[in-house]
Amino acid sequence: MVNLIWLLMLAIGIIVAALTGHIENVTVSAMKAAELGVEVAIELIGVMSLWLGLLRLAEEAGFIRGIARVLGPAVRRLFPTLKPDSPALGAIIMNLSANILGLGNAATPFGLKAMQELQKENPTPDVASPAMITFLALNTSCITIIPATIIGVRLKADSANPTEIIGTTIVATGCAMTVAIFADYFIRRRKR
Amino acid sequence: MNVIAGISRWAIPILLLLIPVFAYLRKVPVYESFVAGAEDGFKTGVKILPFLIGMLVSIRVFVDSGALVIVSRWLQPLFMSLGLDPNFADIIPLAIMRPLSGSGALGVATQLINQHGPDSFIGRLASTLQGSTDTTFFVLTVYFGSVGIKKYRYALKLGLLADVIGLIASVWIVHKTFY
Repeated sequence: MVNLIWLLMLAIGIIVAALTGHIENVTVSAMKAAELGVEVAIELIGVMSLWLGLLRLAEEAGFIRGIARVLGPAVRRLFPTLKPDSPALGAIIMNLSANILGLGNAATPFGLKAMQELQKENPTPDVASPAMITFLALNTSCITIIPATIIGVRLKADSANPTEIIGTTIVATGCAMTVAIFADYFIRRRKR
Repeated sequence: MNVIAGISRWAIPILLLLIPVFAYLRKVPVYESFVAGAEDGFKTGVKILPFLIGMLVSIRVFVDSGALVIVSRWLQPLFMSLGLDPNFADIIPLAIMRPLSGSGALGVATQLINQHGPDSFIGRLASTLQGSTDTTFFVLTVYFGSVGIKKYRYALKLGLLADVIGLIASVWIVHKTFY
């Protein structure tokens, strides 16, 4: 499915550019995008190192185990295949917390770290484990309490009430997250 | 409201203070452990680089060529036949863009908000949609790529299901709250 979507976006883009007589745009876009990929990765290396360094401190001090023990029961129910003291739980909790607070650039390092920990417990290294899928479903449908960026955009566009969409945003993500959790639960049960 | 905004502003400085102090008290060699942990940052960054480039090239070619606008126009009759507001059609490019690219979606949302006004139906809906769903496709490819997963199983379908629910819920709640 990923292969097909990737190919379709590329092919449709090139065909449309050819038909509308802007074929040279394809060259520029492709080159620019490749450069952007490097920029994003390099930037991420810095932030990633910072947070992984702190995460290591938190782990060695027993901080993460503490958080995992407090929030564990609820989170563990979502990840029944993980060991109860799995180091992945700490990274998952940190990632979701960062997402909820809208700290996007802290969320990604914790998320990638969580994937590495989940991979260690994955019996089939090239196939996604149920725990990974649950984690990604939570991660991508997760509630953000303060959608700061979009509030900034609304403020600049002279909205009478830039923050009025916080409530609607929370309700909408709440719906998406609930459906994701239940759908994941039923798929996992059926596949067992 | 102010409390929550305050938490967002203070969260990182407090973590930066709290974790090292706590670790020091627990006799962790703080600086050395920090550096040892940070080492993984570089490896991870290099590992996700090809996935980032692959996705960004495909997405940018699709958007910059104008294909996004054309595909949205194709989908318009489908949404109209469902009995939705004709205004609603303007949101389609954002709905398609949202799972693909964060910065791309923000660009589309910003343009919709400026074009229709932040307090219009489309403006509010774009704002809600932007905040309520994530870049599912992008996150999946990069996260799975970083650990070498090739078979995603039902992950993409589940993520896209959540996005569709997020879209429907956004339309519903914006209608209910403001109209």
